[in-house]
Amino acid sequence: MTPLSQLLPGQYGKLASLNPERAVDQRLMALGLLPGMVLKLIRRAPLGDPLAIEFGGQVVSLRLAEAESLIVDVAADCPVQRPKKTP
Amino acid sequence: MSAKEITVALVGNPNTGKSTLFNALTGLRQKVGNYPGVTVARKSGRCDCGDGLKVELVDLPGLYSLAAASPDEQVVTDVLLGSLEGSQQPDAIVVVLDATNLLRNLFLASQLAELNLPLAVVLNQADVAHEQGLKIDTQLLSQRLGGVPVVLTSAWKGEGIASVRRAIAEVLSKKNKMARLTWPSQVESALDTIVKAVQADTGTAPSMADAQRILFSSNAHTSDRLGWKLAQREPVIRQARDQVRAAGFNPLAAEPLIHYAYLRKVLEGVTSGGAGKQGNAAALDRVLLHRVMGPILFTGIMLGLFASVFWLAKFPMQWIQAGVDFLKSIVAPALAGTPMLQSLVTDGILAGVGAFLAFLPQILILFLFVGILEDSGYMARAAFIMDRLFSWCGLNGKSFVPLLSGFACAIPGLLSTRTIEDPKARLATAFAVPFMSCSARFPIYALMCAAFIGPLYGPGWESVVMVGMHCVGLIFAVPTAFVLTRFILKVKPQPFVLELPRYQMPKPRDVLWRMWQNAAEFISKAGTVIFAITIIIWALCYFPRDAQMAEKIRAAEPTLSSHEVQVRTQAAMIEQSWMGRFGKAVQPVFDPCGFDWKITVGVLASFPAREVIVSTLGVTYSIGKGAEADSNHLRQAMQEAKWLSGPRVGTPIFSLAAVLALMVFFALCSQCGPTIATLAQETGGWKWAAASFFYMTILAWIMAVVVYQTVIRIL
Repeated sequence: MTPLSQLLPGQYGKLASLNPERAVDQRLMALGLLPGMVLKLIRRAPLGDPLAIEFGGQVVSLRLAEAESLIVDVAADCPVQRPKKTP
Repeated sequence: MSAKEITVALVGNPNTGKSTLFNALTGLRQKVGNYPGVTVARKSGRCDCGDGLKVELVDLPGLYSLAAASPDEQVVTDVLLGSLEGSQQPDAIVVVLDATNLLRNLFLASQLAELNLPLAVVLNQADVAHEQGLKIDTQLLSQRLGGVPVVLTSAWKGEGIASVRRAIAEVLSKKNKMARLTWPSQVESALDTIVKAVQADTGTAPSMADAQRILFSSNAHTSDRLGWKLAQREPVIRQARDQVRAAGFNPLAAEPLIHYAYLRKVLEGVTSGGAGKQGNAAALDRVLLHRVMGPILFTGIMLGLFASVFWLAKFPMQWIQAGVDFLKSIVAPALAGTPMLQSLVTDGILAGVGAFLAFLPQILILFLFVGILEDSGYMARAAFIMDRLFSWCGLNGKSFVPLLSGFACAIPGLLSTRTIEDPKARLATAFAVPFMSCSARFPIYALMCAAFIGPLYGPGWESVVMVGMHCVGLIFAVPTAFVLTRFILKVKPQPFVLELPRYQMPKPRDVLWRMWQNAAEFISKAGTVIFAITIIIWALCYFPRDAQMAEKIRAAEPTLSSHEVQVRTQAAMIEQSWMGRFGKAVQPVFDPCGFDWKITVGVLASFPAREVIVSTLGVTYSIGKGAEADSNHLRQAMQEAKWLSGPRVGTPIFSLAAVLALMVFFALCSQCGPTIATLAQETGGWKWAAASFFYMTILAWIMAVVVYQTVIRIL
């Protein structure tokens, strides 16, 4: 169980839980991001924030701080990339 | 809009090609306005549906859900419920869905079904779905949705438009309603609880859609609209939500969970193929959002945008100026017999018309770019790249384009804040834009640098001051935005959840149409205000007038040439005009900034348009009208100007301290009538326009005093 904000680019998994009290999570649920849905972190913006995630055939951007309430059950067969160190 | 006219609402998610469809259906016979009290644009147009049936088609803002979380969503919900003042409930709804992402798009449609209005479904972007190998059984979908017409279109290619017209005619005559989902029994009874309580407390039964908003949405917009009081509703809503919880749902998640579960069943067997196809977005994003290439390409695109608004617009602006000058040269001799009328027409009316026409090239060029960036899908990527730089001070990635264009001109910058969805960030960006050093500030910097900084300290320092002045506004705008969003604006910020849509070739008609609409709105709304301000300032500088002024000057110094008499007369006229008297009266206010009465008059006369400072200084320093920043006479006159009285008598007026103070003052002061008018237009009232005016002007004065008093003590 990992918060979405800590996923590495390329990692994916099922959404385990979110916080329906938060406006961000409400917006994402309207877009179809519901528990059990597979989502993938595609990339981070060049400055590290926001994130681009893919679910249900669409790509959506959200901020790092907004992504912390989304808990992802990272799939076991995920490519484990080392985070690129930026100087 | 007459009461009998049939209205049809066009609703859909963003990025579905809804506006392209709207343009195709109405053939650009459109009206653009605002919904009363809110800054949400209202677009409507006449749509011919065959057999003489003409309907008023209303293009509602794109949205993902009826949750009524943002102002746009609230307006759409209110319009569809017929509860918005001055607008009737539509007779039917056309819901536009992106054929390539039916499940998500059907969520909104499924919410719309709860409104129980006749409804037609349009599956747009059928061409893209076809390319992706996606097949859609429209007949089966229509059947599953309870018999509403389902039509496939490609608005971009102009395909299927006629079938949309037929579908509108069909739902208007047959009143087809979309099938509604069956709520779990506990949710049904929770909704029932709310309906009964609202009826008991307010006297009118709410619609089912209203009851759902009250039960499922975390904001109180619907309850407030129905006049359901806090004390009355709180226990009822708590009880109803407990009922939802008993069914095993979090009340705030129940709506999407139940809808999506239902819609998955609806779509079973409706779509086939096309799975996992991402289209062009993934490949292009690998380059355009690359951590190195992305910012480089972004910088290139934005430099192109800025160069176009800054440089390219100069040519048509010069033509407009030349046209106005030509008109003046024709009109002036014809009115020579009546000097007052001549001055009113040339310096007042024609100058006023020229003043706002000069903004058109910049507006048109910026909106050409904004249209291309938005319709292609790149604008969302630009916001994605830039968001980090803006999020900390309460703005967002979409603030970048308005702020950048502000460096050319605040007007197009302010108009482009419309691309920001979040109302809080939009307002804060609009407040920051006038701080950007626009091209109208350039002449005064150029004059001061060329006359004083360059000769005294060399061209190196001239460049340093020039660049520094362009940063002054930015240095103050950022903390202003921070304080505004953090402490002053009470609007709830919207989460920055942004769809990165598929890339698409922009459709020229849509882009050109948007350019024209923005320009037309600017002319009709801000134009009148700009015109009025110009006339008022003209009158203040013209009256009262001493007809014998020229004779008096000639009598006092008979050796003067006729040209010298003329320029001295102009200087004397402005000195004894209302503006001149006012300038002398308030000069003590500007004395701590080191401004004499001539500069003060220049500053005051520049409030409608800051660039007139150079020509006003030309008049007050007796160089004559039409002085330019590169005028050697004006430079010389200013270099030689000395204080004639007071504690600084005999010392130069334009000391380094005064020169820097004057430039800082112009960098910060709100001296632009069009900006104020546009701010009022874009923020939905004069409150924020007035706040911006006083804030910037007072800040400018304070900083000018600080600069003058500091520099004069150091040197």
